Amino acid sequence: MTILFFTIALFVGALAAGLLGSLTGLGGGVVLIPLLTLVFRVDIHYAIGTSLVSVIATSSGAAAAYVREGITNIRLGMFLELATTLGAICGAWLSGFLSTSFIAVLFGLILIFSAAISFFKLGDPVSTGEGSPLSRWLKLNSSYPTPEGEKPYIVKNVIGGFFMMNIAGVISGLLGIGSGALKVIAMDNVMRIPFKVSTTTSNFMIGVTAAASVGVYLSRGYIDPGLSMPVMLGVLLGAFLGSRILTTAKTSSLKILFALVILVLAVEMMYNGLTHKI
Amino acid sequence: MSHPGKKISDTDLEKLIGQLLRYGVLLSSAIVIIGGMAYLWRHGGEQPRFHEFKGEPEKMRKAGPLFRAILNGEGRPFIQLGLFVLIATPILRIVFSIFGYLLEKDYLYVLITLTVLAVILWNF
Repeated sequence: MTILFFTIALFVGALAAGLLGSLTGLGGGVVLIPLLTLVFRVDIHYAIGTSLVSVIATSSGAAAAYVREGITNIRLGMFLELATTLGAICGAWLSGFLSTSFIAVLFGLILIFSAAISFFKLGDPVSTGEGSPLSRWLKLNSSYPTPEGEKPYIVKNVIGGFFMMNIAGVISGLLGIGSGALKVIAMDNVMRIPFKVSTTTSNFMIGVTAAASVGVYLSRGYIDPGLSMPVMLGVLLGAFLGSRILTTAKTSSLKILFALVILVLAVEMMYNGLTHKI
Repeated sequence: MSHPGKKISDTDLEKLIGQLLRYGVLLSSAIVIIGGMAYLWRHGGEQPRFHEFKGEPEKMRKAGPLFRAILNGEGRPFIQLGLFVLIATPILRIVFSIFGYLLEKDYLYVLITLTVLAVILWNF
């Protein structure tokens, strides 16, 4: 296998990952690392570095569109970035000391968790009212556009959400994924903000969170241009195409299919980790 | 809303951030594509070696050596430059926000955003 063939195959794989990730809302990053390590037999450290780069690319690309629509709660995002960036740096630092087998097993667990969570979309209990003194001091309470006009909402349990974000940051820095699922849980179930706001705000934060840990990976030499080039371009193109199709395609059966793929990959990752093949 | 003026400047800031993110991604993709073509032209026929971790040489990690390698016409450092632009995009977004909050005289958020910036830059 030559580099030319390897690069083209990686590009096609990343394109599929980006497309499926954006169509199902699970993000391309979750399948990238299994794809790189299991199919292309890339060292997991390179795979994590490569994944982080593509996470920055897709989240910046998507955030550009959402921010313009005025759904993203930028102040909330900025405030929670304090938690995610600190966590991300701890996670990136930790990953240098943990064995690759341990990382593989943990990755498998997070993979299953992320896929499962996407099927349990809880109700959307949006709260209105005054909001806590802390949420008012931080100006987190806001409104978002709906078909019936601007709808106000308040942010609950600011401190609890902050700690959840801290954990999401650690996972992101440790495994090189956006950990969007954890971020959405923190905002939906802990801070009780509308689903549309939490998904776009989570996406807004992912790029900055990844940028914090990418510095650690870059200085350790985990970011390889030969790998990152086809993967970043593939995922970006896939995500872009996905966002174009999204409005028309029916995605529920696709989501089940993708979740099954993720489940298989997760088991494979854990098996390889436990048998020390990774 | 009790602060109509504030709402407007918030929206302007959001528009600016949106544009910044889009152009950052486009610029970095363009650089990566050009560097990628040079890389495949020079090394396309060789065997890939990503099975074991070796770590990248200094020219892929530091700005000075990176630019020297680019001037030599190498493709891989040029791709890396594109990745640097990509990584810089969300960081630049933070810098923009600091100025935005300064204009709004929202000093609490100036402080929060400065702290986030410091955390990120601490590791580069």
